[in-house]
Amino acid sequence: MMTPLPPPPKANPLARRKVPTLPPRARSRAAHGLTAGAAVGRFVLQRCAGCGRYLYPAREICPHCLSPSLEFRDAPGGGVCLAESRIAVSSEPYFRERAPWRSGLVQMDCGVQLVAHLPAQGIEAGARVEVRLVLDRAGQAVFFAAPAGAAGPDDLADDPAWREMSADPRHRRVLVSDVRNPVGLAMVHAFRQAGARHVFAGCRETWKPAPELDALRGAEGIEIVPLDLADERSVDDLARQIGARTDILVNTADHVRTGGVFDPLSLGRARETLEVTVLGLMRLARAFGPVMAARGADGTHGAAAWVNVLPAAALANEPGLSFHSAAHAAVLSLSHALRAELATGGVRLLNAFVGPVDAEWYQGAPPPRVAPAALAAQVVDALRRGLEEIHVGAVAQELRDRLAANPKAVERERWQ
Amino acid sequence: MASVRQPDAVPAGRRIPRADYRGVVLACPVTVQYKRYSVDAAQWWLGAALRALVEASGVSHRAIDGFAFTSFTAAPDKAIGLTQHFGISPRWLDDVPLGGAAAVVSIRRAARAVQCGDADIVACIAGDTNHVDTFRQTLAGFSRFAQDAVFPYGAGGANMSFAFITRSYMYATGASREDFGKLCVAQRDYARANPRALMRRPLTLDDYLGARPIAEPITLYDCVMPCAGADGFLVMREDEACRLELPFVRLVASIERHNAFPDDAVQTRGGWLVDADDLYAMAGSGPDDVDLVETYDDYPVISMLQFEGLGLCPPGEGPSFVRQNTFGPGGTVAHNTGGGQLSVGQAGAAGGHLGIVEAMRQLLGCASGIQVEKARRALVSGFGMINFDRGLSSGAVILEAA
Repeated sequence: MMTPLPPPPKANPLARRKVPTLPPRARSRAAHGLTAGAAVGRFVLQRCAGCGRYLYPAREICPHCLSPSLEFRDAPGGGVCLAESRIAVSSEPYFRERAPWRSGLVQMDCGVQLVAHLPAQGIEAGARVEVRLVLDRAGQAVFFAAPAGAAGPDDLADDPAWREMSADPRHRRVLVSDVRNPVGLAMVHAFRQAGARHVFAGCRETWKPAPELDALRGAEGIEIVPLDLADERSVDDLARQIGARTDILVNTADHVRTGGVFDPLSLGRARETLEVTVLGLMRLARAFGPVMAARGADGTHGAAAWVNVLPAAALANEPGLSFHSAAHAAVLSLSHALRAELATGGVRLLNAFVGPVDAEWYQGAPPPRVAPAALAAQVVDALRRGLEEIHVGAVAQELRDRLAANPKAVERERWQ
Repeated sequence: MASVRQPDAVPAGRRIPRADYRGVVLACPVTVQYKRYSVDAAQWWLGAALRALVEASGVSHRAIDGFAFTSFTAAPDKAIGLTQHFGISPRWLDDVPLGGAAAVVSIRRAARAVQCGDADIVACIAGDTNHVDTFRQTLAGFSRFAQDAVFPYGAGGANMSFAFITRSYMYATGASREDFGKLCVAQRDYARANPRALMRRPLTLDDYLGARPIAEPITLYDCVMPCAGADGFLVMREDEACRLELPFVRLVASIERHNAFPDDAVQTRGGWLVDADDLYAMAGSGPDDVDLVETYDDYPVISMLQFEGLGLCPPGEGPSFVRQNTFGPGGTVAHNTGGGQLSVGQAGAAGGHLGIVEAMRQLLGCASGIQVEKARRALVSGFGMINFDRGLSSGAVILEAA
């Protein structure tokens, strides 16, 4: 049984501060087949289409039959630890800071051997393991061997090595950018439930009455803070107060306005939407991003993740919501740059794509819709697993699969 | 693929017998004194080894017509770049990027070149520099598989890979830390008399067992010290050596193997096991006729795999072989008689050349440390290239005093 992780002690201003360092980033292009799986939480391995065998490390040619047809496929994650080591001396500062680091050689049931990270405690040679494919602090895919038959997926939640692979909200402080949005409100509750130490609930126009917010006032560990993403000063003011205490930032900014390109009012509305979504993300990122990236190595409780909640229409323009879709496509594009900049400090970025939610602005959307609480629960789960992309609800998942199959068919079918 | 012949369809025997190495000799073992760190480039070290060969042989570098080189840190240069850098005009040129197996492989290739007249004198040189941070960079970019699948897991480099190998060997054979320590201590006893060795302070078994952990079960004295240095020797025909009046040793037999036993889950045996019979058949004698053994000792476990693979003991019995013998000066097995890489230092890709020059000096009667009495036959083996989870290249030669 894992020793429960204690809540972080009060910050000691005299203590040595850890500068963010990263595990090695270099990978071959083929190895990024694993990154694609790890990013969405799938355990994949390279498999030869010629002879059907699994291969590792990633190759260009099958060593069994010399076929060049190698694909990354879902694979069984079970195996046996053949040997383990505790690395006391590493040539990389990242591991030196975290020494001793445990790694093991694993014989996978599907035939390959691989080196995997091990939890800080447990797993000796001969032990059955379930290998997970995850993203490390550099954002690169790595294997992590968990004890087989673990009681639940959260068994490792408090393991310091696993905390490097995940962005678990437990004991962390969270800022939700827009609590007036039902999605934001659901996030506040979900993160508190997940053990977040403190949740800052960003709120526009705090003076405006809102009965659903009254429940937050005075609630333990929840604090309503003024935040207007369309106002640079508001964002900067808040960052000055809580930027250095924000470990996970959940950006739920949205501004749903209907209209197509030819709509006579579309320019003005598009400008408003862009102001909140795209420029809102820029304001948040400029104010909070650098300080979060600088705190990425603050032990097991440091800054860990940035979350964007995006309508699935960011992936393919939705009729009737043309500039709304376009704005979120821009947010998606910007998120790739933000991910790279946050990664310099080991902070990861999760994009949660979601279909129409049960909220005021999606009244006209046909079912199925996503309940805000369900969305929030999946975001928390994704952070615990260290993912960087999730598709929540049937609409978003169907769109993802259809785009992978034939994006032109999606475009034609949506618009005809 | 139905038309592809499977391995078992190929006859086990060789199609033609291997040609012997009659008339092939090695001369002029040289070492450029190792140094923990160097501000000089690899080319400086390699050039110094070439100069030492010229001084030792009296042959102008312009008359050296064959050149085989190996280095990890000479990038972006290859062998061809060094010909212009050093002002040599060889008619036979080889680049042997095989790390600890490069010495054996260089000898094998050079031997055939001089035997057939493609070259008269081949200079075999290996060397590396060691700037501050060179070692980390070499680890990080060692191979694609290492970069993708090993280095990100703790960046322990070879220490981590050998931790797995050592652990697995201990499980499989019952080897103990004392067994490994016995070899390390014995080598240090040789090194104490060898002015070329970087580590000459006395080492006891207690020191070994109490050393700080590096990558468990590997501790400090299981590891070589990366350093800068270079080694070299000349390969030529006996008639050429006589004409130049150079003392020489004969090449008697050799083997080489790459990626042996690819289906083994962990490396608990090496490629020598595949080819040892061939080696001794070529030598016309067995392991008992060898007077000294120079193994590639980047970690003591690998020396034990070589004892097994080269027939000094049966497979899996490395530990009892170690327990039944003594290895230091005056011991029952003359092993790594200059101190090996564990005490002399590991000058990058020159690690395999160290065993060759040490064996040559012993056979020529000019050991720089303790001289093994009546040393006539030496077995020298090489091992190299931890590409992913194991060393891929193995090889060995038998050398004989003239």
